[in-house]
This record gives sequence, structure tokens and C-alpha cells, in this order.
Amino acid sequence: MATTTITKTEKLVGKRIRRREDPRLITGTATYVDDIKMPGMYYAAILRSPYAAAKIRSIDISKAAALKGVHAVFIGKDTENAGAVPCGASLPGLRVPHHNLLALDRVYLVGHPVAVVVATDRYIARDGCDLIEVDYEPTEAVADPEKAIAPGAPAVHPQWPDNTGFTFHQEGGDVAKAFAEADVIVKQRIVSQRLIPNSMETRGVVADWKAADRSMTLYTSTQAPHLVRSLVAQILGIEENRFRVVAPEVGGGFGAKIQTYAEEILMAFISRKIGKPVKWIESRRENFLCTIHGRGHVDFYEIAAKRDGTITGIKLKIIQDLGAYYTVLTPAIPTLSVLMMPGLYRTPNISADIVGAFTNCTPTDAYRGAGRPEATHGIERMVDMVAAELKMDPAEIRLKNFIRNEEFPFPTATGLVYDTGDYAAPLKKAMEMASYDKLRKEQVEARKQGRFMGIGLCAYGEICAFGPSPATPAGGWESATVKIEPSGQVTVLTGISPHGQGEETTFAQITADELGVGIDDVLVCHGDTALVPYGIGTFGSRSTAVGGTALYYALQELKDKIKKFGAMLLESDDIALANGQCTCNKTGKSIGVKSIAAAAYRAMKLPPGTGPGLVATHFWEPSNFTFPFGAHLVVTEVDAETGDVAIKRYIAVDDCGNILNPLIVDGQVHGGVAQGIGQALWEQAVYDDNGQLVTGEFMDYTMPRAHMMPWIESAHTTTPTPVNPLGVKGVGEAGTIGASPAVVNSVVDALSPLGVRHLDMPLTPEKLWKVISSGRTA
Amino acid sequence: MTESITVNINGTSYTHDVEPRLLLIHYLREVVGLTGPHIGCETSLCGACTVEFNGKAVKSCAMFAIQADGARILTIEGLAVDGKMHKMQEAFWNEHGLQCGFCTPGMIMTSKQLLERNPNPTEQEIRHGLEGNLCRCTGYQHIVNAVKAAAKVAGV
Repeated sequence: MATTTITKTEKLVGKRIRRREDPRLITGTATYVDDIKMPGMYYAAILRSPYAAAKIRSIDISKAAALKGVHAVFIGKDTENAGAVPCGASLPGLRVPHHNLLALDRVYLVGHPVAVVVATDRYIARDGCDLIEVDYEPTEAVADPEKAIAPGAPAVHPQWPDNTGFTFHQEGGDVAKAFAEADVIVKQRIVSQRLIPNSMETRGVVADWKAADRSMTLYTSTQAPHLVRSLVAQILGIEENRFRVVAPEVGGGFGAKIQTYAEEILMAFISRKIGKPVKWIESRRENFLCTIHGRGHVDFYEIAAKRDGTITGIKLKIIQDLGAYYTVLTPAIPTLSVLMMPGLYRTPNISADIVGAFTNCTPTDAYRGAGRPEATHGIERMVDMVAAELKMDPAEIRLKNFIRNEEFPFPTATGLVYDTGDYAAPLKKAMEMASYDKLRKEQVEARKQGRFMGIGLCAYGEICAFGPSPATPAGGWESATVKIEPSGQVTVLTGISPHGQGEETTFAQITADELGVGIDDVLVCHGDTALVPYGIGTFGSRSTAVGGTALYYALQELKDKIKKFGAMLLESDDIALANGQCTCNKTGKSIGVKSIAAAAYRAMKLPPGTGPGLVATHFWEPSNFTFPFGAHLVVTEVDAETGDVAIKRYIAVDDCGNILNPLIVDGQVHGGVAQGIGQALWEQAVYDDNGQLVTGEFMDYTMPRAHMMPWIESAHTTTPTPVNPLGVKGVGEAGTIGASPAVVNSVVDALSPLGVRHLDMPLTPEKLWKVISSGRTA
Repeated sequence: MTESITVNINGTSYTHDVEPRLLLIHYLREVVGLTGPHIGCETSLCGACTVEFNGKAVKSCAMFAIQADGARILTIEGLAVDGKMHKMQEAFWNEHGLQCGFCTPGMIMTSKQLLERNPNPTEQEIRHGLEGNLCRCTGYQHIVNAVKAAAKVAGV
């Protein structure tokens, strides 16, 4: 509701303000893709392969096509010339499978789209799929990345019998010397298992072709509407300026909606073909099979250290499970793990190798954290193992190896430059909140009683605010437009595409503060390529750090123009703009932004060299990433009889730079931690040897529910970044990155009296019960 | 083949001919046009489609529309009275009990029922009361806070 309040002095940035996007969401009146209905709209359903690898001998669509209500059926040969699913990442020697929109003569993963049925309602479309007869000849599949790259494995793509999509090598310093001169070398194989992102809203598309205008409107549940527009327009040969992509309300993404998917291209293709709007909504089963998965690493770590705990070298070999084809970022994700592999430590010598392995599985791509959780899990597990080897406290070894405050900006061995940090601060704060020394004493007592109590630490760093354009596949800048309307009300258009992160609120806070207007007079718009300037989107904890900064600079440009009008109207050159008022420093006379807006559009008189209106657009290119950090401390107790892990305390101290809205930051941390705990304890995509996803529904894939989550004690330290004027670093992925190593370190610590040194995730009760049972009998 | 059903939804009576196989959630969303309840799984595991059915919270993806003949249904759209939000809606707003908002209509309906059955729940009772509703964004903590806050507010 608009108010008449248009000036104010109270600053809103930093305040705990409830969100402005919530009223439509809590009243059930928001519009998600599946809520869109158009006159004459058809529904599409997709028939998918039940086999992980098979030849297609024949497809008979006659019965489906004859079904009353079925309008059209499409198979591979119909879309053969419509292009392939795009991959935006490039690496030297990268082998890119041409993934057709619909399978042609073979399928190579369960869920591979084979046919599309278009019908008058969604039930009939599914009936039509049931009537299609596909004659498959199953062939051997491989679902495990280590097996896939072993000699003799079945080839996922016949042209590449070694199943190797790429190899990658990076090194810094002198790792051979570090290992030759080491006092101790610790080695471990560490798995970061495949996960399924599972946003609560599945994907969905409505495509609407208007032949007379040669125009396409595509409503799609995406994190990156402009990227979808550029890619689909190019693939289908539709003019980009006549191609509108709308991300309406989007029900979560977590990285799995950055990609441009086959269904987005298919629906646009079909709508153009049939000349009618067409809707496809992904079922949950399809979401498990056909939307990207995350992680999927098998890592081989070696750490060289001195007797005093100084870590001198890290070697890492990553086997990345790629899945059967690439989505937009697939091959780039493990390279982020390499960049992040030194964590928060000074280690000058590193060596890393990646082997990308094709498997007959769903593609992996960016899932919350995207490469950084894997790296953090690896280094934070390894540091604990080095500490155990040297009989040091896990906190002590971390404090010893942290990059020192005076060393920033710090060039890492992997080629990054960390912006700012005070790495000891969150760790010390977490230990203080936990009464660490007291906890260790309690642990001694617990062990005397035969209880498995553990204390786990993680000191994490991450790469955020993606990012400088040269380091980002599709550009890393962001755009913003600010318009002060003739009424004085303010419209912000942003190129980011939030879907739960709350920028309709935080960006309104920034705008209200800068212009001195009431927050109720600011509207933040996003997610419609016909409305907002070209933007990159929401992912990689970039929205506020990059998009908010673009907004900040657009606001400065607009303020300059406001001052010019203010100077003209007050007939003075000595003008200050504050709290929504232009004031003449000499006479003290002032005029409000609202009156200035009216004058700027009425344009009876204009300042010299200045046009009418109050609009500013800024495209901002960051000079660097930002590097948030933090420490999580987890106290667990493992039930010896059941193997169940009880999280007794979860302490998260995060440093994301300046905080615009603590309520929203807390929410981001909580949600991130839930996904990290989910990985540590329960979640795992399991394929059988035939490439069947056996955790393909919520019944089988254990997502955290309310009663499984601990209370999270959240706190912050604040180290602003100099990379942007807001001093913000990003917080969307922090919780996920910090959580899994902290929980696993805690459980390993709990079971260390049994000689346990490492356990791979997820730490299910069954797995731990077996460890405890065998440990007791050993 | 269709059957006629009459259902009172949010205080309004509707009569429609529906296929026996039509799920209640699809009836509400596609036929009646109430798109507040969402479909997150179609297998009764996520709770995004939760509505009140004769006063009890149910997952409307696990019922057929014809089972609703003669029933009284309340959806998220019917929760506010004369433009005034239900205290649970206000509490979700104040406590940041939602992010993407997709699970929220179901989560609010379940939370409302939870308080009707147990007006002063403990944290653990709230968590167990909500275990049939999945949320991927919030980690549940602010949802727990919202239910606690709503419990402190008198009336609806």
C-alpha cells in the first residue's frame, strides 16, 4: 500500500525489517509458473527413458496421436535440427556431448526425454505418454565415476570410450619440495556424495508464440532469465528483442535453475510449431531425474605438514561425476573446488588434478555452494586429520595456519586474491559461545561413561559475488535502473532474479536510504526481460554484492541529477541532498525529492545540459570476487545402540561483511545450514549398477524435516569488503559450506576412541551403528 | 465419465462435474481457480497442498475431488477475514518464516491446525507437528519462531 510519507531520516540499512514480498506469498496470491493459464493453452507431458543406456529400435506414437484430446506428439526426429542443450563452460580439450532435445536412436540416462505429448489437459497428456510404444534394446550402463574411468567400462558416449570429458591441472608454488621436506604426510580419500537440490517448486515452463509479431514469451522457473533468453533465442533462431523471458514467482532454485534446460527449448519450439501457448510442469519424479544434481566428487587428498602443525603443501585429485551430458556450468564446477582448496590457510604450495567422468546419470552442476562445499569439506576434514596425527587441538592447528589479518589482500596459491579477513575472529567467537575448554572437559567425562560425544569445528571460506566477467562464463557484472516517477514514487529494476533471497526488501532499504524516501514508496521489480535491463541473475551469492552495487551506483547518478534540478529550483550552486531534501547551504531553503520529480517531468525549465525525467541505469563490473568466511562449531552425541546422531549444539558464526537486514541474513544461514546438515547426515543420490536412481522420490531421499533440525545459534563478525561500496560479501551459500565438515568432524571426534579417523557422508544411523558395532568387537 | 460434486470452499458453494480421477488439488487449482495450495510432490510427502477439509488439515494431492462432495474446505485464500490476515499469516511475516514461499500456504495451514490442537506447544511439539511439511529454504527455525509467536497472540 502506498503511503504519503516521502521523506524520512531513519536509516533502514542494517535493520531487521520484515520482507516486502511476503504479503502475496502468505495469502496464496503469488503467481508461480503453474498458476499461469492462457486462452487456448495446451499441456505437455514428456515420455522419458526407463533405461540408463539403451538403443531405440522403434517408436510407435499412433495410439497416442489418436487419443481424443491429444493435439500433437513430438519425437527425436521432429526436433533433430532444433539444436542441443547448451553448455556455457569451456576448458582446454573439453569434450562436449551434443545432447538433443529428444533422444534419437539411443538413450543414455534414466529420464532421457523421448517424446512429448501435447494435449488439452495434463491428464490426457500423461495418458498419451502411456500409449506410446518404444522398443528399447538395453545396453550396459555405468553409474559410478570411478568405475566409469576404469579400463573396460561401458562407454556412455561411444566416441569417447574412456568416459573422460576433460582433465584439468593446476599448481602453485613448489609442491614437490613441500612434500619432500614434510615431517608428516596425511592422505585420505574423501567423497562428497551426489545430492539432489529439490527446490520445493519443481521446474515449469509456459511458452507463448505469437506468429504475427514473431514474438515469443517464455514463463519459466529460472534464476537467470536473460541467460535463458539469449540461449533459447539463439538455439531456435528467434530474434532476441522479440523474445521475452519471465521468471514469475520462483519457488527456490539452489543453483538448479541457473541452467537452460531441454524443456525450455522444447516448449518454445512446440509453441512456435503449433501456434498456441503450451505448458509443461515437471513432476517431482522428473525433478529427481531431470533437474541437475550437485556435488558428486571422489577426492584424493594429501597434505604435507611440519611437526609444529604448519601446513606446507596440498595435493588433490578430483574425480568429478559429470553425469551423461553437460548443462550450462557442469565442467566449471570442480574448477571452483580447486580455487578454494587452500581454504583459509596460508599454504603456498598446491597441486590439483581433475578428471571429469561421464556416467549414465543425471548431469551434475551448481548446487548451493557449487564446488566450494566440496573443497571446504576436504580441507577441513584433512586439517582435523593432520591435527590428530600431530596430537594437536583442531582449533590450535587452524589458528596456526590462518592467513594473518595484515596479509590482506592475500594472493593464494590457486591464483585468487582474498579481499579481507579476520579468520581467527569467528572461530574464537564460536569457541567462546560454546565454552570450548569446558566442553572438552565434559567430553572427557562423557568418554569415561562410554558415551560418544563429539566436538567439531569448521573454519570455512568461500568465493562469492560472481564475479569479475573474465572469470565467469556469461559475464559477471550486474545492472540496475532507478526511476523516480512523476509522483515521487520510486521504481527499481534489477538484473538479478531473486527467488526467496529477499532483495525486494534489501534493495528497497538501500534505495530508501540513498534517496531519503519512505520504503513504502519503493518498488523493486525483477525477473522479466521485457521490463528490466539485461542482467546476469541470482546465484553464487552475488545478488546484493554485485546487483546491490549496480543499484548503489545508479542511485548516485540519479542523486546527481536530482541535485541539478534542486540547484535550478533553489537558484543556488551550493546544494546538499540529504534525507530526501535538496537544501541550499547558504539560504537553508529546501525542496523535497517529490517536488523535484514533478518538476523534472513537467519540464517547464531544465538545468543546463540536462534532459527531463529522473531515471538512471548503471551496469557494474566488479574488480574481484568477495571472500566471506566463518566458523561453525557442532556438538554431537552418537547413540551407541542405534547409530543416531543427536546435534546437541549448532553454533554458526558467519562473516559476510556488512549486513543489510539481519532477519534475512539469519534466514539464509539457517537454510544453508539445513542443507549442509542434510548432506552430512542423510541426503544421497543413490544409483544402482544399472543406472536406476533408487532415491527418486521424497520417500527415499531424506530431506531434513522440522523435527530433524537442531536449534541454530547464529552470530556474526563483520569484516567489510573493499570490493564494493556497500561492504557486503554475500551469505547465500555460507551455511551450506560451513555445515557439512563441522558435523562430520564432530561425529568423527565422537567416534575417535574407536580408532575412527574418517567417515564419508552421509553419516546415516546404519553406517554409524556398523562402525560402532565393529569397533566394539575389534 | 463425470460426476457432479458440490463443495463449500472458503464460504462459497461450488457445483462442478468432475472426472472421478481428478485430484482434489487439481480441482482446487484448475477448476475453482484457487492456486494458493501448491503441488510439490503429488505423493503426499511434502505438504505444499495442505488445506482444511471439514476442519482437518489434509494433503489435497492425496484425495480425489469426488471425495469432497458435500465437504467444507478452507484454503490459504480463505484465511484472511475482511482483509485482516490470520494471526499465523502475520506471524510468518513478522518472523521471516518463509523465503521462496512455495511451501508456505501448506505450512501455514498445518501450523494453524497445530495450534488449534495444542495452543501452547513446546519447540519439539511444533517441530513434530510440522514434520509432514517440507521446506527447503528456511531450515525451519523461523517457522518454529512464527508458530511460537502466533501461540502468544489471542484469538485468530
